[in-house]
Amino acid sequence: MAQYLMSVLHDNKTATATPAEDAAIDVFNGKLQADGNWVFAGGLTAPSSATVVDARAGEPVFTDGPYIESKEYLVGFWIVEAPHLDAALRMAAEGSKACNRRVELRPFEGRQ
Amino acid sequence: MTDVGEVIARVHREEWARVVATMARRVGDLDVAEESAAEAFATAVERWPADGVPPNPGAWLTTTAHRKAIDRLRREVKREEKHQEALMLLPESPEPLGAIDDDRLRLVFTCCHPALAMESRVALTLRMVGGLTVPEIARAFLVQEAAMGRRITRAKAKIKDARIPYGVPYRQDLPARVTGVLAVLYLIFNEGYLASGPETEPVRADLTAEAIRLTRLVRALMPADGEVAGLLALMLLTEARRPARLSATGELVTLADQDRGAWDRSLIAEGHALVRARLASGRPPGQYQILAAINAVHTDAPDLRDTDWSQVVALYDQLIRLDPSPIVRLNRAIAIAELDGPSVALGEVDGLPLAGYHPFHATRAELLRRLGRSEESRSAYDRAIELAANTGETAYLVRRRDQLAGR
Repeated sequence: MAQYLMSVLHDNKTATATPAEDAAIDVFNGKLQADGNWVFAGGLTAPSSATVVDARAGEPVFTDGPYIESKEYLVGFWIVEAPHLDAALRMAAEGSKACNRRVELRPFEGRQ
Repeated sequence: MTDVGEVIARVHREEWARVVATMARRVGDLDVAEESAAEAFATAVERWPADGVPPNPGAWLTTTAHRKAIDRLRREVKREEKHQEALMLLPESPEPLGAIDDDRLRLVFTCCHPALAMESRVALTLRMVGGLTVPEIARAFLVQEAAMGRRITRAKAKIKDARIPYGVPYRQDLPARVTGVLAVLYLIFNEGYLASGPETEPVRADLTAEAIRLTRLVRALMPADGEVAGLLALMLLTEARRPARLSATGELVTLADQDRGAWDRSLIAEGHALVRARLASGRPPGQYQILAAINAVHTDAPDLRDTDWSQVVALYDQLIRLDPSPIVRLNRAIAIAELDGPSVALGEVDGLPLAGYHPFHATRAELLRRLGRSEESRSAYDRAIELAANTGETAYLVRRRDQLAGR
């Protein structure tokens, strides 16, 4: 089994899911859990609520707002467990349909 | 003595994919599979001239490749630990495709996986299934050898890291995945049939032959799939016309002007038989089957005038229902020109959103020429020549343009 990160990409104004999307996401989450593919999932608040922290030089420096300004940003993610990419792709397709957004699928390193 | 070399070349064509595919299943790593297969063939080249060709060359090669793989894995102990876990085999094989369960089919589906970029699928398929070397593939696609090597390495790394399975797809995914495999094969064929690049031969028989060979293999693996048969028929009926397709001066010869006596009758017979078998199946055809049927109508006509254009248009109408793309509409309009005249056809062509597609301008140029609108025809030829990438086609278009009256 391998773990995959399913990032939910958002590319327009309102980040929050509609009630219908929320309901579909709940159904999908339930299915992931029932099938034993669920590891973790979460939705994120808007990028404007982000704080960038840089402690590489000693004292941490805090900066308000996202470091990367982009039209497309992460609004949520799933971490799923799948035997191989084909299985993960099917989950990603269902996830994309449920949350009504594009999903980027990436394998975690070294957990083969 | 000559014959050992020939035997090795033949065995390479026939057994390469099987050796790679078997090794991929055994070691669960395409890289190791490819290298050990290559080493096994290198050993054959060394040993067979002296020792003689073994009675079962395929089994000899697989056994040798297996030993090479074990040697290699032993040499890299760390790697061996990984390989224990890296098995990409599907844990439970997803519903098998009828009775078919051939390692080579798994290999084809892995190389043509939709998570890989199209160019990587093509390169991997030619390397892993076709057995072409990296320099051969680089030459075929006018890419630097090092760049092609990197492309293949990257694709293999993605297969491993993302765990693209070495297997036959889920049944629900199967139609789309088969379509994906056929797209790869058709792309290889088309690059051979209408090669691009200013320094390239207009027709690359090596690539068309390779595409046909691979499609025959896929057909042997999925004999019940109508679209696989359709694509094979389409390739055969297109390839049959290749001898008539280039003039002595390297100019492309259009269907209308081809010497039909030079067409390859045995390929035509085989293509027609496939098309007839699909028609007899009574199953609704997919796009490759319809394209094959259109080519069957063309290759059925002893002379251009004998072409059953209404049948061609009817087939295009059927195709448009499956694929209403402007390119299909353009091709339909070319048949309409023969049936209803250039004026009607031009009405269908004008307004198609194909300004960047050279056949659009070449078609308009031809129709305008037939309508006596020389100036407009000339500028359409100019545009087509600017956009065309095939040397033989450019030569044809330039000659046609320069034949126009006026100036």
